[in-house]
Order: sequence, then structure tokens, then C-alpha cells
Amino acid sequence: MTGQTLEGRSDQPLVDVRNLSVLFDAGRAGFWGRKRLTVHAVENVSFDIRPGETLGLVGESGSGKSTTGRAILGRVPVSQGHIYFQGKEITHAGKNRVRELSRDMQLVFQDPYASLNPRMKIIDIVAEPLRVHGMVKNTKAAAKEVARLLELVGLPPDAGARYPHAFSGGQRQRVGIARALALKPRFIVADEPVSALDVSIRAQVVNLMQDLQAQFGLSYLFIAHDLAVVRHISHRIAIMYAGNIVELAERHLIYDSPVHPYTRALLSAVPVPDPPVQRARQRITCPGEPPNPLNPPSGCRFQSRCPYVTGTCREKAPELARRRPGQMAACWNC
Amino acid sequence: MNTSPKAPLLEVRDLVVNFYTRGGVVQASRGVSFQVDYGQTLGIVGESGSGKSVAVQAVMGLIFNPGRIEGGDIFFKGRSLLDPAGKKRVRQVRGKEIAMIFQDPMTSLNPVFTIGTQITEVLRHHLGMTKDQAKKRAMDLLDMVDINAPEKRLKQYPHEMSGGMRQRVMIAMALACEPQLIIADEPTTALDVTIQAQILELLTDLQQRLNVSVILITHDLGVVAQLCHRVAVMYAGRIVEVGDADPVFAAPVHPYTRGLIRATPRLDAVTDRMVSIDGVPPDLISPPKGCAFFPRCDQAGKACSRMQALIALGDDRHVSCWCAAKEVTR
Ligand SMILES: Nc1ncnc2c1ncn2[C@@H]1O[C@H](COP(=O)(O)OP(=O)(O)OP(=O)(O)O)[C@@H](O)[C@H]1O
Ligand SMILES: Nc1ncnc2c1ncn2[C@@H]1O[C@H](COP(=O)(O)OP(=O)(O)O)[C@@H](O)[C@H]1O
Ligand code: SF4
Ligand code: SF4
Ligand SMILES: [Mg+2]
Ligand SMILES: [Mg+2]
Repeated sequence: MTGQTLEGRSDQPLVDVRNLSVLFDAGRAGFWGRKRLTVHAVENVSFDIRPGETLGLVGESGSGKSTTGRAILGRVPVSQGHIYFQGKEITHAGKNRVRELSRDMQLVFQDPYASLNPRMKIIDIVAEPLRVHGMVKNTKAAAKEVARLLELVGLPPDAGARYPHAFSGGQRQRVGIARALALKPRFIVADEPVSALDVSIRAQVVNLMQDLQAQFGLSYLFIAHDLAVVRHISHRIAIMYAGNIVELAERHLIYDSPVHPYTRALLSAVPVPDPPVQRARQRITCPGEPPNPLNPPSGCRFQSRCPYVTGTCREKAPELARRRPGQMAACWNC
Repeated sequence: MNTSPKAPLLEVRDLVVNFYTRGGVVQASRGVSFQVDYGQTLGIVGESGSGKSVAVQAVMGLIFNPGRIEGGDIFFKGRSLLDPAGKKRVRQVRGKEIAMIFQDPMTSLNPVFTIGTQITEVLRHHLGMTKDQAKKRAMDLLDMVDINAPEKRLKQYPHEMSGGMRQRVMIAMALACEPQLIIADEPTTALDVTIQAQILELLTDLQQRLNVSVILITHDLGVVAQLCHRVAVMYAGRIVEVGDADPVFAAPVHPYTRGLIRATPRLDAVTDRMVSIDGVPPDLISPPKGCAFFPRCDQAGKACSRMQALIALGDDRHVSCWCAAKEVTR
């Protein structure tokens, strides 16, 4: 289905996600447990990521961002749809295939505290994927490779001998990035990699990620809820709401001429750090809260909060469709 | 009321708080001074661990073992909150005239009681209301924070509510005794952007309508820009710059404030590269003797190895930096 790719570029996508749905079984409820509970975490999501590109994935907590990223990496089972990597389908890749794919696709986590084993030295943490994949023959080779990786991410050479607790949040995030880079991947899912970091440190890590992208031609799925950071790092941006992508566009289009009512509400809700400018900004209030993922409404999932809702919105879910070159939105009335 | 018209509502003066941990003495407040006037909103910003929470916990009497207040004083309407002779008065002030809202409402709401029980409990305890009076007032309070169907909500347990709804309940409880000062410690950090916007709007609206003073702790300079009259910037257990929000944002004087503003990416601008501040904040167990920002500062000179107190600049601003000191004496 080429209708959903953005025009203007001919590169074949590195990652291609078509109509992805992920449902989770959430147990049973009701009389004698007769009612099956299903979390509709991701529903009918399509996008692609090109070589060397950063796709920003933005949305409120629970909107399905992490699940989308994990589905690509084969870490959650796909309920429907297709995922392609370098043109090959990897939707239901088995254990071995996932392991093999992990050479090309890696994950960087949000929490630099929880994601590093406190009992392992940095050198062993970073060398682990190299060992698992038999990429280094002996300890000496591993040490050499780890030293190279640590230097790449801006950590001192003696960092390898220390344990995670000796490092600040920003430094731990660098360790996480070094580990992700160990297998020389082409694609990295960065799941809120800077959300836990302070402003002054956040910039250091974002700059590092951009430098590494320029150096190695990496592609990123950059998951975040900070729209200002996403604007800075992304080439294109996808906005998720309650399991759907509601808008997907080149970055300047998202910020300069957003189409979807949710995108507009979201952007207007972010305060700008400049008092006179912030006071003068027009705010679009968006009352209410996202729907319960166990029981999303039929039709558009934004309907309960949308000022433009009409009858059609309640009956049928809008599909992502082209609005102008480089911009797609899923909405009946915009 | 025995307030002199000149006294600010709250004044924290040279506050020193230390935590005696196994790893050493954590100097969380190293001489913190600020004040809040009637009807004013003060934003406190700073990186994680800079001592924002500890400073307001001292105001609320929430410094517990291994923490100790070891210097300075805190005045509410001109009277000390640390005066051992005034224990009873202080307890009254903290329960009724100052209220606190935390980042995670789940830590301050009791999971086993309904919202209604918890709000009416506050009203009956502090204001001596009857059951019926308290219930009626609780409904009014929920109405004030824009919670609809209050009767139904009162019967719910905290876990049956969303994060945003719980934060509204916390605000309602904070308003219960008609406080003059509300301290909100990162009240929206755990919330999503559109919900944060709702809560901030509610806070602004209540602040103006009730003319309460607010201390708002946040990481987010955008939040300060949106609703604070004044802003205090903390670094390594000290306030490094405090002043009216507009001039501080327009022309920050302290190198750290400047760095922080420049490092904050803006939604309304694109830049090629984010500006970072190299290095990390110091460890508060052994902070540098002089200016704590020294190792990261691009303006640093010889004098900076000695401590600089807050000095007053023209526009009701106070800055703790030798560079600024030079400007003034010139
Ligand atoms: N109960 C405690 N025991 C030991 N140390 C403490 C305690 N509470 C705070 N500290 C220390 O005091 C310093 C200041 O902490 P504080 O909680 O005020 O930071 P903060 O500015 O509020 O940070 P954040 O933005 O992460 O909330 C930190 O070094 C912290 O580890
Ligand atoms: N393993 C799981 N089992 C059940 N529900 C899950 C699981 N993982 C995620 N979910 C649910 O799926 C939805 C999307 O979650 P997630 O992708 O983590 O959102 P985000 O990353 O955008 O915050 C949420 O409702 C979440 O509770
Ligand atoms: S489809 Fe309807 S309810 Fe959904 S965003 Fe568009 S106008 Fe609003
Ligand atoms: S006192 Fe010196 S080191 Fe500290 S902020 Fe000012 S110029 Fe920089
Ligand atoms: Mg997530
Ligand atoms: Mg805090």
C-alpha cells in the first residue's frame, strides 16, 4: 500500500509498518468471568522510517508509543498487520530471527537507572551483546571494542571498570547508548531516552544521538512526550492518540500548520519558556481525558474531547489520509 | 492579625538543612533565602537534587530524621515557624494557612478510604464542622476544582480516578481550610500535557479568584513562564537568582540561569543544535567551597573560588555570582 507513504522521497524505507494492531489480553471480568478484557494498545498504525531518518513518535502516556516500538523489535506479539525491515517481512519473527535481527535493531530505554544491571561493571554491560552474538573472540578484544564504544559516547576510558551507581543519569544513558551501538545496528528505537534527564543534561544526550546518526547513518524511532525536544531531533513526526496515529507529517508542517484537532490541542498545551510570548499564545482547551483502552469508543477515539465532532465521527474511525504533500491526518472534519 | 504591612507572607532566611546519611552529610539547603508576597506566585526551578523540595519541606515541617534544620529561620506573616516556643501556633499555621500539593497524589491520598471520607475528615478535624456541613462543603470544593457529579465522586476510591482527577482532588483538599499559601511540588510532572494544561489553568484561576499565594516547584521553565510572577533558580542547595519572571527570562544574569534558559528547547523555534551545559551538578556531600557552578561556568574567574552571597540588582532581583557583583560595584 504505497498510498500511505509520503511523497517527495524515493528512498526505500528501512522500517515499514503497515496497519499494525497490538491487543493485550487483560484477563476476564463480569459474571463468571464471561467477558474477556482486551487492551487495544495499538490499532491500525502505519508509518515508515527511511535510512538516516528520525521519526518522532509523540503521544500521552498509554497512547501506545512503547508498544509500537516493541512490536517492531519483536518484543510483543503482533495481533494484526505487517512489519517489514529492509523490505523483508519480520512480523512474526521467531526467537532466533529476533535475536538475529537484534544486530540491526536496538532499543534504548527511558530509565537510565532501572535499565542497567547494578551488579555488572560497565565493561560487561556494554560487552554483553558482543558476547551473545559471538562478535568478539576473547576478553581482550571485548575490552578494546568497549573502550572504542565508550569513547564514542563521550565516557572516560576508565568508566568500564566502574558500576552503574557511580554514574549520573546522563552518563548512564550514554552507557545504554554504547550498549545499543555495540552490534552496529542500523535502527534504534529510543523509548523516551531523555525524559528522565535534567534540561542541561538532556541537550548533551540529544546532541550525542544526532552526532551518532550523522556518523553512522542510523535511523531512529524517537519516542517522547516532550514536543520541543521532538521538534529538534525529528525529520518527521507521528502523533499518537489512544492507540492510533492521528497525524504524521514533516516536522515543520506539524508545528507550523497542524491539521488534526488533537495535534493542535497538544501543541497549544505546551507552555513556551518566555512569559510575554506564553501569555499572548492562544490556547485551545482540550477538556476531558483519553478513553479507557479496555473499552475505546467506536469511531474516532478523540470524539469525547473534540470540538468538531459530528455524527460520522461516532460511527466510523477515520483513516490516516493525505492532506498536503508531506502531511497526513486521520479526521473526518479537518 | 499582627502583621506589619511590610512583612511578606512568607520569608525563608538563610535556611540550612543537612541530612546525616551513611554516605556523609548531604547539604541539601546551604543558605536558602526567598520570600513570597501576598497574592503572588513564586516558581522555584532547578535540576533534580538541587534542593527545591527540601526547602519547602522545611516550611511545612516535613524534615525528618536523618534530616535536620541547622540554620536560618522561616517567617510566616512575620512570625517564626521554627520557634520552639510557638509549637501550637505553628501547627495551626501549617494545617490551615499553608497547604501542600505533591507530585504524586497517590502518596498523600489514603487508598483504603473514599475521597469523600478523606476530604470531610480534613474539614471536621481542622474546622470542626459537623458531618453534614463537611459533606456539603466537600461537594462545593469538588465543584471549585471543576469535578462534575461531585456526589458520585465523593464515593470513589483514589484508584478509581485518573491521575488528573486525583490531582484535582488534592487541590480541593488543599483549598479546604482556605489557606493563604499553597505550596505545589511538581503538581503536573506526572501528568500528560493536555491534562497538565487543565490543571495549570485551574491553579491560575483559583490563585486569581481566591488571591492566595502559591509556591510552584517545577523542572519546566515553560510552566514558570505561564503562571509565575516571580522565579527563583536553585543550584546545588542555593538560590542563585531570584527576580520577577519577565526580566529574568528576558535577561538572565547568573550564568546558570542563562545556561538553563538556553538549554531549554522551544516549541516555537528550530535550532540546529541544542545548547547543553557541560558537566554535571556537584555532589551535595562535598560541594565546592566557592561558587558551586564554578566547574561548569564559562565566566568563571579567580574570585569564584570563594562563596558569593545573594546581591541585589536594580530590578528587584538577587543574584549570587561574582560577575554580577562586579557589575554592581562598577
Ligand atoms: N530524606 C532524605 N535523606 C537523605 N537525603 C535527602 C533526603 N531528602 C532529600 N535529600 C537530599 O537532599 C538533596 C536535595 O533534595 P530535594 O528533594 O530537595 O531535591 P529537588 O530539587 O526537589 O529534586 P527533584 O527535582 O528531583 O525533586 C538531594 O541531594 C537529596 O538526595
Ligand atoms: N504487557 C502488557 N499487558 C497489558 N497491557 C499492556 C501491556 N503493555 C502495554 N499495555 C497497555 O497498552 C497501552 C499502551 O501502552 P504503551 O505502549 O506502554 O503506551 P505509551 O508508551 O504510549 O505510554 C496502555 O493502555 C498499556 O496499559
Ligand atoms: S474525526 Fe471527528 S471527532 Fe475525530 S478528530 Fe476529527 S472531527 Fe474530531
Ligand atoms: S560566581 Fe563565578 S563561577 Fe559562579 S556563576 Fe558567577 S562567574 Fe560563574
Ligand atoms: Mg512508554
Ligand atoms: Mg523534588
